[in-house]
Amino acid sequence: MANLQTNSGEPKVNYEYRRKKSAEEMRMQVVTFTMMIFFTVIAFAAVGAGFSKWFILPFVLLLAIVQVIFQLYYFMHMSHKGHEVPQFFMYSGVLVGFVTVLAFLTIIWW
Amino acid sequence: MAAEEKFTPQTWPESPEQATLEGKNKFLGFWLFLGGETVLFASLFATYLALKDSVPSPDHALAKDLFELPLVFLMTMLLLTSSLTSVFAMYHMKNYNFKKMQTWLFITVMLGFAFLGCEIYEFNHYVHEYEHTFTSSAFGSAFYTLVGFHGAHVTFGLLWIIALMIRNAKRGLNLYNAPKFYLASLYWHFIDVVWVFIFTVVYLMGMVG
Repeated sequence: MANLQTNSGEPKVNYEYRRKKSAEEMRMQVVTFTMMIFFTVIAFAAVGAGFSKWFILPFVLLLAIVQVIFQLYYFMHMSHKGHEVPQFFMYSGVLVGFVTVLAFLTIIWW
Repeated sequence: MAAEEKFTPQTWPESPEQATLEGKNKFLGFWLFLGGETVLFASLFATYLALKDSVPSPDHALAKDLFELPLVFLMTMLLLTSSLTSVFAMYHMKNYNFKKMQTWLFITVMLGFAFLGCEIYEFNHYVHEYEHTFTSSAFGSAFYTLVGFHGAHVTFGLLWIIALMIRNAKRGLNLYNAPKFYLASLYWHFIDVVWVFIFTVVYLMGMVG
């Protein structure tokens, strides 16, 4: 049973290959994390610097969306294969969520 | 492949969280749940945006009077770092290194508690310094529902991870508990996803008006 996932006849070679691959992926995760920190700092700095409201609002929103894409695709591994159904679930959720926010911002007033 | 079977790093499968049928089902079911959570939080965000700064009289504090960026920045860094440490934990889970996984989960939990402490301080500050409470205005209700719901998710996530760590402390890793650890870490990442929108939409956008 042990070799269900292996694609090489040599279990040892395969093991070392997997180790190396996951260590490489971990390094990528740290790069992702650094970029997320960077985006966060920029977003806070933009607000702290007191730019115009019409620049800040779309800018910080864009940074948030990029950061969330990083989180979902790298930290939560949605970029890996076998995540087609999770992608469908998440995008459906985002669509309904977007329509909800849009409705509350446009057709509701007090 | 029996779920309780003992493994070595060499025989441990590449995707242990999906090596059993139970694991596959949990994986799918959990992502469906996260899709639902997205809708849930979107509705709370929509409510907040519709009711932001709706106060009954001018002496009530508005968003830009309340929020302080340094504290929010600290909370963001704590939660973002805890997201990375849970990635480290899952890296060691996939390498069948139970001890290191537990260590990184412990660090994740500590960062989560630090975040929660900041949030409790923050709410306490608003209530006592600004009399901004759940019942003081529609703005207050919407704010505490949204941010408080996220705080409740953090609390639940912490209890979940701690329960897993204690329950499996003497068991080590197997194909029965690998999916459990993996899903708890997905949940923790999702909490950070929601926080990214909270710090952007509530705090940063609240500061500029």
